[in-house]
Parts: sequence; structure tokens; C-alpha cells
Amino acid sequence: MGRLELQKISLKLNGKPILKNINIDFWEGYIHAIVGPNGAGKSTLAFTIMGLEGYRSFEGDILFKGLSLKDLSIDERAKRGITLAWQEPARYEGLRIKDFLASAAREKSEKNISDTLIKVGMEPTEYLKRALDKTLSGGERKKIEIASILVMEPELVLLDEPDSGIDIESLEKIFEIIQLLKKKKTTVILITHSLAVLKQADHAFLMCHGDIIDKGETKKIIPYFENKCIPCGHKNFPNQEERKNGE
Amino acid sequence: MGNDQKLARDLVKTTEVEENILTNKEIAHLFIHHNKVLTSHLLPGLDVKTEERKDGVKVDIVLKENTVIKRPVHLCFGMLPKEGVQRIILRADIKRNSKISVLAHCAFPNAVNVKHIMDGKIKVREEAEYSYFERHIHGKEGGVKVYPKALIELGRGAKFKTEFELLKGRVGLIDIDYQTTCGEKSVMEMNARINGTGDDVIKIKESGFLQGEYSRGVLTSRVALRDRARAEIYNKMTATAAYARGHVDCKEIVQDKGFASAIPVVEVKHPKAHVTHEAAIGSVDTKQLQTLMSRGLSEDEAVELIIQGLLS
Repeated sequence: MGRLELQKISLKLNGKPILKNINIDFWEGYIHAIVGPNGAGKSTLAFTIMGLEGYRSFEGDILFKGLSLKDLSIDERAKRGITLAWQEPARYEGLRIKDFLASAAREKSEKNISDTLIKVGMEPTEYLKRALDKTLSGGERKKIEIASILVMEPELVLLDEPDSGIDIESLEKIFEIIQLLKKKKTTVILITHSLAVLKQADHAFLMCHGDIIDKGETKKIIPYFENKCIPCGHKNFPNQEERKNGE
Repeated sequence: MGNDQKLARDLVKTTEVEENILTNKEIAHLFIHHNKVLTSHLLPGLDVKTEERKDGVKVDIVLKENTVIKRPVHLCFGMLPKEGVQRIILRADIKRNSKISVLAHCAFPNAVNVKHIMDGKIKVREEAEYSYFERHIHGKEGGVKVYPKALIELGRGAKFKTEFELLKGRVGLIDIDYQTTCGEKSVMEMNARINGTGDDVIKIKESGFLQGEYSRGVLTSRVALRDRARAEIYNKMTATAAYARGHVDCKEIVQDKGFASAIPVVEVKHPKAHVTHEAAIGSVDTKQLQTLMSRGLSEDEAVELIIQGLLS
């Protein structure tokens, strides 16, 4: 499965540095978290990995299974096994959920699609023929987005704020799916500012002002994030001493 | 099998409907090729008179009071030759408290230079319901010019729904002009869904007049334009009665060198009426596109899926 290496990634948007010389090695088959307050650059990093429009003129390199992704389009990266679930999933007028999932499933059977919907807690008979449009709640669209990831069976998935717009019951389901992905040896990268989501990860990278300021086992990162980042709200840069001690 | 029956079956084959609609005694049908009625089957309460003319057929449909036709009636207006003119004069009178649904198949699969003119006048009387789904099947040449024109009057409590669909084959030129006048507590819904490619030209003019109290109406158009296809959409809703409610909704996706202009017009001439509108013209939404591409679809595949959804 997929190991992802970020090598000296820097990115400016509208002349402003957003990502600053980021080096990360995401081990394959683990759940990783990029954690930090709003505006830290977490989603920008995810979009850069996926190669979205406006996020491709970065410095450095991104290697997936040893091969550079730098010149690859979004779909070429997806064909290599990388995908992204958006914080706020897109709505599509008229596009049936069944067809949306089938587009991710490619050759897989209709039963496979139905089974995947059940895994995210949705009844296929109720949803497959419905359109993926504004008649669905944000939570329903989020679960369908996750289902499309599951049915695609990627090697590496970026989940941007997977708890956003989700009720508590559905959140448990999302956590089950994150663990299920791990069981399938999928590399999972959680983009989050939520402590509950962070706790799902094996490893975490603490991000602040476009920089990775700490990394390690999640249990090591949690105290700093909980005590410093959440109250800080991203107003202050951490000093070097704090960074060293992870306090 | 007679020549007319064979021609009727040839037309059916172009329309994606099951061939047994021509033999099923529970389903009414009327098949017209150019200026000739090929076959028809009617049901009690449904009267259809036809008059063959030089370049088309005049059709008078009357649905008697309190008559409910349970299964959709199939009408087929088509031409298999490459050239010609077909002029259909359609008069429909849906009497009080009756109900009918019509599937109209307009098939011009081989057209190189064909003109199809529809001149409709439809009355949907008190508490009656009429739905008219018109599906066009055109060939790859784009050699069809279609001029559907209809004046519709809705009586008290009547319901009228029309859907115009042209998704298969090239449009050629289409110039729709539908006007519906709504009486008290009547409901009107007019939809058009058209896929333009090549140098197709699409003109849609739909007007709704909410003249009766508590009348309601929606005008919807969905158009996709690729290559050099052009579209002009003019949808107008006028409300002149208390508690009338209307909505105009135009959405066009433009790709390549396509061009679209949409003018949604709302007019309210009563302080207790309310009409809204929304219009969107543009390329495919970036997030929609990138989501599908991140699942492994190429850009072209993703655009196609998004357009299919919009026009579905």
C-alpha cells in the first residue's frame, strides 16, 4: 500500500506563503492526522497532495510509492490510488447517488455499491435513486462522500474534517469506517482541528502557520494541541522551547 | 404486415419504447408519419379525430368529462426520410375532472433537411389534469428544424405539466414558444431539457400567466452547450392575482465555444402575488469536477456525468 513523502513543500497563494518547507513521511497503512487550528494550512496541504486547481505550483516534491506526483493531474493521482474527501462535499443537480458511487466504483457490482451504503448507515432502497443535490442534508452528503471513498478502495485517502456537519451517531459510523480503512491497509490522512477525530489517529503532525511544529504518536501530540492550540485559536506562534518540549 | 404497420414499427424502434405499445389494448396510441396516420388505438372517453393535409396532420383530441386514462397515451410524430416538412396542428380539450398523460415521441433519426412544426392549442378544463412529455429523437446530422408552439389554458383547479426533452442526437435548430394561462387554483409546470452540440441553435420562450387567485406555476430550463452550440432562453412569469405563486429557474452549462444567454423575467401586478427566479450560466462547477476526478474519472468523463445529471 501507499507510502507518501512530502519533500520540502512550500506554496504561496496570492503571494502569501501558506505552506513552509514541509517534510512529512506518511507511513503506509497507518492513520495519520494533520492537526491544527483553522487557517493553519491543513486543507491547503491536502489539496496540494491531491493536485487541485490552484494548488499545483508548489516547490519541493511529493512522492507516492517512490514516484513523483508533481506533474500528474487529479485523475492521474486518483488512478495511482490517492483520493480526497471534501470537508463540504459537492452537490450535483440530477445526478443519482447510484451513478455517483458507480463512477468511483468503476467495474464493481451494484451489490458492492449497496453494501457500501449500508456500511455508512444508509438504506440503499431509500437513497440509491435519489439525486445528490440540495434535498440531502450536509450529513447525508458527507456519508455518501465517505461511501464513494470506500467503494473506490484507494491506497491513500485524505479526509478533510471528516466530522464536519455530522451528528454524534453518524460520527461513530465515520470512526468505524476510518478503522475499517486501516484494516484494509489503506493509508489514512485525517485533516482536523477536532480532538475527537485526532484520537482516531496513530500518528499526528501538528501544524501552525503553514509549518509542521511537532510530530509523533497521537498521545504525545494531544496534550500540546489540547492545552495550547485550542485556546490559542492560531493567534500566537509557539516558541522554540515549547516546540522542543511539546508542552 | 401492411406498409403502414411496418412504418409504425420502424418508428417505434427509434423511440426506446417497447414495441407492444402498438398491440396492447390497454394503451392508446396514435402514430403519424409525415402527413399520414399510420395506426391508432383509442380508449373509451378518448376521442381523436385526424385530418391528413398536404404537409402534415390536424389532430383533435377530446377527453370526455370524468374520464381517467390510466396508462400514458403514446403519440408519435416522425419522419424517416432525410428531407421534408411535417406540420402538426394539435387541438386538445381535456374536459372537466378528467385525467390523461401523454408521451409524445418525435422521431427524425435520418434528417438532413427536415422541418417539424407543431401548432398546439390546449384547454385543460376545471379540475382536469394533463401531462405532456415530449421526447425528441434526432439523428447525428443536425438537419432538423423544430418549431413547437403551444397556447395552453387552464381552468379552475386544473393541473398541467409539460416536459420537453432533446438529449439524443443533434438538436439542429429548435425554437420553442409555449404560453400557459392559469385560472384560479390551477397548477402549471413547464420544463425543457436540451443537450446542444456542434453548431446547434436552441431558442426557448416559455411564458406563464398566473391570472387566477392561488394559481401556481414553475418554468424550468436545463441546457448543456458544447462545441459551438448556442442558446437563448427567455422565460417569463407574470402574476396578476392574489396569492399567485410562481418561480422561474434557468440553468445552463457552457463548455468549449458554446454560448448561452438567459433572460428570466418576473412580473407581479398584484400586491399579494409572489414570483421568484434563479438563473445560472457557466462552466461545470469546479468542486463537482474535481471530486469526480479525484475518484479516477478523466475530465471529459466527469463533465459528461455532470451534464447527464443536470439534464436527467
